[in-house]
Amino acid sequence: MTAPAGIVTAKRGAAGRILDFFGRGVVNIVLVIVAVFWLVPSIGLALSSLRNSVDNSQTGWWTVFTRPAQLTVDNYTNLLSNSQFMGSFVNTIAITLPATAAVVIIGSLAGYAFAWIRFPGRDWLLVAVIVLLAVPLQVSLIPIAKLYGSIGLFGSILGVIIFHTAYGLPFAIFLLRNFFTQVPGELLEAARLDGASEWRIFSRIILPLGMPAIASLAIFQFLWVWNDMLVALIFTNATSQPITVAIQSQLRQFGANIDILSAGAFLSMIIPLIVFFAFQRYFVSALLAGSTK
Amino acid sequence: MATVTFEKATRLYPGSTRPAVDALDLDVEDGEFLVLVGPSGCGKSTSLRMLAGLEEVTEGRILIGDRDVTDMPPKDRDIAMVFQNYALYPHMTVAENMGFALKIAGVNKDERAARVLEAAKLLDLEPYLARKPKALSGGQRQRVAMGRAIVRSPQVFLMDEPLSNLDAKLRVQTRTQISSLTRRLGVTTVYVTHDQVEALTMGDRIAVLKDGVLQQVGTPRDLYANPENVFVAGFIGSPAMNLFHADKADGGIRFGNTIIPLERAALDAASGTAVTVGVRPEDVIVSTTGTEGLPVEVDLVEELGADGYLYGHTEINGQRTDIVARVDGRSHPNAGDRVHLTPKLGHVHAFDTESGLRLVHAIVD
Repeated sequence: MTAPAGIVTAKRGAAGRILDFFGRGVVNIVLVIVAVFWLVPSIGLALSSLRNSVDNSQTGWWTVFTRPAQLTVDNYTNLLSNSQFMGSFVNTIAITLPATAAVVIIGSLAGYAFAWIRFPGRDWLLVAVIVLLAVPLQVSLIPIAKLYGSIGLFGSILGVIIFHTAYGLPFAIFLLRNFFTQVPGELLEAARLDGASEWRIFSRIILPLGMPAIASLAIFQFLWVWNDMLVALIFTNATSQPITVAIQSQLRQFGANIDILSAGAFLSMIIPLIVFFAFQRYFVSALLAGSTK
Repeated sequence: MATVTFEKATRLYPGSTRPAVDALDLDVEDGEFLVLVGPSGCGKSTSLRMLAGLEEVTEGRILIGDRDVTDMPPKDRDIAMVFQNYALYPHMTVAENMGFALKIAGVNKDERAARVLEAAKLLDLEPYLARKPKALSGGQRQRVAMGRAIVRSPQVFLMDEPLSNLDAKLRVQTRTQISSLTRRLGVTTVYVTHDQVEALTMGDRIAVLKDGVLQQVGTPRDLYANPENVFVAGFIGSPAMNLFHADKADGGIRFGNTIIPLERAALDAASGTAVTVGVRPEDVIVSTTGTEGLPVEVDLVEELGADGYLYGHTEINGQRTDIVARVDGRSHPNAGDRVHLTPKLGHVHAFDTESGLRLVHAIVD
C-alpha cells in the first residue's frame, strides 16, 4: 500500500508544483508589476513634493536616489502657511466626514428596515431606490444648482454634503440591505426572544455582524467624496471649495508651481490611504462563522 | 413554572387555503415535557413558533399559565427557545451569548456572571466561557444554546429539533442530558422533533400531528399500545407496524388461512367488508414448521445482535404486501425460506378502512 501511495504523491507533487507556479507564481509576478506600475507616479509625486521648485524644473525626481541632499520639507512648511490651501483642506474634511457619516448611518438604518422590518410598500420602495442607482449624477447638476440657488444652499458646504449624501444613499441602502439579509433570521428571532428591542437588535446584532460591509461602504464613500471635483467645482465658491478644486485652480502651464501642487496633491492623497489602512482590519470574511450549526 | 394551553389555535399563511396548524387544542401541564412529533410539514414547528410569538395566530388563543399571550410580543412571554441551528450570536463569547437576555433585562453584572457560571457548570461549559461560538464543536454549541435558555429561568422551554445537527452518538447522549436537565429544573418544556424515537424516549407525553391536525396526545406507552388511528399506528414505532387490509370473517378477520377473533362490536362498527389490521413486528409469531396463518416468503433478515428483523412478502387478496417480524437473533429463518406468521392474540390492532380510526379501544392481554 505504501509504494503506490508514494508514487501517487510524487506525481501529484510535480503537477502541483507546476500548478503552483502558474497559479501563484505568475499571479504574484503580475501583481508585483501592476503594483510597481501604479506606485511609480505616487512615489514620484511624493519625492517631487520634497524637492524645491528649481530642482524640479531642472532634473527628474529620480535623481533623489543619487543626490539625497536635495530633499527638503520647505514645500510643506510653505503649504501649511498658505491659508487658501489649508482652508480648502479643512473644507474637504468638513465635506467628507459628514457626507460619509450620513450615508453610513442613514444607509444602515434603511438597509435594516428594508431587510428585516415588514411595512406596506416595502418592496416597491426598494425598487425605487434601486432605480435611483441608474440615474447619472450629471443629469441632476443643473436642476439641483437651480434648486440650491433658490433656497440659498448654493456655494455652501452644507449643499455639497447633502448632494453627496443623496447620491451615496441608493448604493449604500442596496449594499447594506443585501448584506443584512444574509444574517440568519434565527439570530434575530433569538434576540427577540431574549427581549431585545428593534433598536437593540440593530445596534447589537446587525451592526457588529454588518461591519465588513459597513467598513467597505464607508471607505468607498469617503474616497468618492474626498476625491470628488465635479460636484465641488459646481456647488462651491472660493471660501467653501475643497482641496481638489484648490489644486485644480493652481494649475499653471509647464508645471510652474509644482512645488505647491505636489505637496498639496500628496497631502490630499495621504489621508484616504490612512483611512483605508485604519479600516482594513474590518474586511474580514466569515464573520458569521459559528452562529448556526 | 406554568401550564401551556392551545385553544383552537390556527395558523393560516396568506395565500394558502389549508391552515398550517388547524384548530390545535392542547394542554401542557406544569413541569411537563411534551413532544410535538410528526412528518415534515405537519405544522409542529409552526405550532411551537406560534407559542414563541414568532408566528401570528390567525384564530384561537394561546395561554401560558393564566395569561393570554396570543398577541403578546415574544419578549413578554417569559419563554426561552433553543433553535435547530442554535442561532448563537457569532460576535459574542459564550458567556456573553448566555448573558445577553439578562443584560437586556437589566440584571446587574455580578448577578449576571453568577447565573451564567451556574448554568455553565450545569452544562460543563465552564472552560469555554471566553470562547466565541466558531471555536466550539457542534455539541458544545448545542449546549451553549441550551445554556442561553436555562440562564433566563423562563416559565417554558421551547426546543425546535435541537439535536438534528448532532451525529448519532452525540444525539443519544444529549437526549438523555436534556430530559434529565429539564426534569431537574422542573420547567415546562415543549419539544419539537420529527424523530419518533426521540419522542418516545424523551416525552412525558407526545402529541402527534399530521397536516396541521392533531392526531393523538398521550404517554409514549399509550401511543405505542393504543394508537387511535392508522397514521399514529404507522408513525410511532420502529420498524413500523405492519398494516394491511384483511377481510371480515365470521367472528373475526381473515389472517391467511386462520381467523383472528375480534370483538363483535368492533366488527359491526367497521364500514365495508374489510378492516385495516395492524400488528407490530414484535407481536408476530414466526413458525417455520406450522401451516397456520399467513404464508410469507422471507426476503431478508436484518441482524441486530440480540434481535433480528425478518422482512418478507405475501399476497393478500391478490396484492403484494410486505411484512416485518421480529425474530431471535441467534436462530431465525433465512432469505428464501417460506414461513407462516400468526399474530399474538390480544395484540392485534384494527382500524376502519375508510376513516382510519381505531375499532378496538383497548388491547386485552
